[in-house]
Amino acid sequence: MSIIKIKDVIYEYLKRNEQGEVEESVQAVNGVTIDIEQGEFVAILGHNGSGKSTLAKHLNAILKPTSGTIYVKEMDTKDDSHLLDIRQTTGMVFQNPDNQIIGTVVEEDVAFGPENLGVPTKEIWERVLKSLESVNMTAYREHSPNKLSGGQKQRIAIAGVVAMEPECIVLDEPTAMLDPIGRKDVIEAVHELNREKKITIILITHNMNEVIDADKVYVMDHGKVVLKGSPREIFREVETMKSYGLEVPASTELAYQLKKAGVNIRTDILTKEELVEQLCQLN
Amino acid sequence: MIRDITIGQYYPSHSVLHRLDPRTKIMGTVFFIISLFIGNSILTYGVATLFLAIMIKISKVPLKFILKGLKPIIILLLFSVIINMLFTPGEAIVSIGFLHITKEGIRLAVFLAIRLVYLVIGSSLMTFTTTPTALTDGLERLFQFLKVVKVPVHEVAMMMAIALRFIPILTEELDKIMKAQAARGADFNRGTLKEKVHGLIPIMVPLFIAAIRRSNDLAMAMEARCYHGGEGRTRMKPLVYEKRDYISYLIVLAYFIGIIVLRILL
Repeated sequence: MSIIKIKDVIYEYLKRNEQGEVEESVQAVNGVTIDIEQGEFVAILGHNGSGKSTLAKHLNAILKPTSGTIYVKEMDTKDDSHLLDIRQTTGMVFQNPDNQIIGTVVEEDVAFGPENLGVPTKEIWERVLKSLESVNMTAYREHSPNKLSGGQKQRIAIAGVVAMEPECIVLDEPTAMLDPIGRKDVIEAVHELNREKKITIILITHNMNEVIDADKVYVMDHGKVVLKGSPREIFREVETMKSYGLEVPASTELAYQLKKAGVNIRTDILTKEELVEQLCQLN
Repeated sequence: MIRDITIGQYYPSHSVLHRLDPRTKIMGTVFFIISLFIGNSILTYGVATLFLAIMIKISKVPLKFILKGLKPIIILLLFSVIINMLFTPGEAIVSIGFLHITKEGIRLAVFLAIRLVYLVIGSSLMTFTTTPTALTDGLERLFQFLKVVKVPVHEVAMMMAIALRFIPILTEELDKIMKAQAARGADFNRGTLKEKVHGLIPIMVPLFIAAIRRSNDLAMAMEARCYHGGEGRTRMKPLVYEKRDYISYLIVLAYFIGIIVLRILL
């Protein structure tokens, strides 16, 4: 069953000059149609300005499409009467960890979502403990968020969304401001949520290595979906990817270069291990 | 400079005073302050001193830490004491030219000093023992009645809580901006006052822009987490009066009545 249906969505914003007159209209999202199945791990790739973040903000009705429709569990995001239900169904994690933490204590921040939903006190406590556990941050329950690292803060933000018991979590470049260790922790936490709680994940990113384990990848460029498929199918198109300003994982790139140089090797390689195996089979 | 001010800071500890409901502490402090202005004799201030001393003892906040909070008001204190001593008419004790130090003046000055000092100590004892979050929660509940006249109590409390949360982040940001400007040759310590004030512009402008950007992001994050005002909101840590709160109210009330009785009798 599909949990999110994006149908012919166009989002247009107007650029104004200093006098407030409309200079031009820009289609940040230009006719996107995507179906996301329940329980999937979907990655949306694209370089800066490809419209991927704008699209992400449509998924929980922060933005509303200029034309086209988005259904979250059969609810139209344009219909304001479903606003809270939609936002409860698709949680959202943003890029800057500092700007999305509201509480002065970790546990109070995680409780913010459930508090807004009117969950009874006793259940809030249960949810907070469970969601902190799901991102391995239980030990920091009573800490101040200011003293945590970027990766830890981002996991708190994820816990804050998990506490609302969403069926789907949209992560808008959650690792862009993190160091490599923080990145790894956050991506692992997200994968674990997908595996164990069967939460649908939509990961917006421009980091290729985070995409390798996704079920499905959509590549966006200039507001359009230009490529879609499994990571293997996507990264095989090395030339096409490069034309959209995107890199492919290092192992894929190496295999591609070897192939070009005349070595008989598969080019749909994603990981170092696969590459090693392939190279060892050469004679 | 900002670090020297201890008023309004929280001193983490595990005393009874720390565990009291913030509403109890706020109301207690209000009653204590009123009592300072009711009292008008050595005896009433003796009782107030005893009461305050016991509270400090219970709070487990070191006396030194509390006294440090008085530093910023020393000048104000000296000023008002001297003015009162010199310009209160009455029976002169010492006269230097046209200045007379009167008996009444000394009495008034001493009482004024006690009032000011106890007022600061009393209210900072409240902030020392209450986390900012608890304090805003308490204020929100205490001022709930203002909702009747359409004052957005919840919104104001939420704003206070967010402001408190962002103080350390903005301080860090300020530090970064100052370093960045210093790296490009800005000097904030030299020059006339006018030049110094002028030098603040390249710090304040980026700081404000950053703060506005942050607030935009935060508003979006709050909305994404279903924030829609105070309506229908539940609390993770609801304020509930417990036995110790009722006992505290009784103690404060007993003290307050005691002061009134002393004032009437003496």
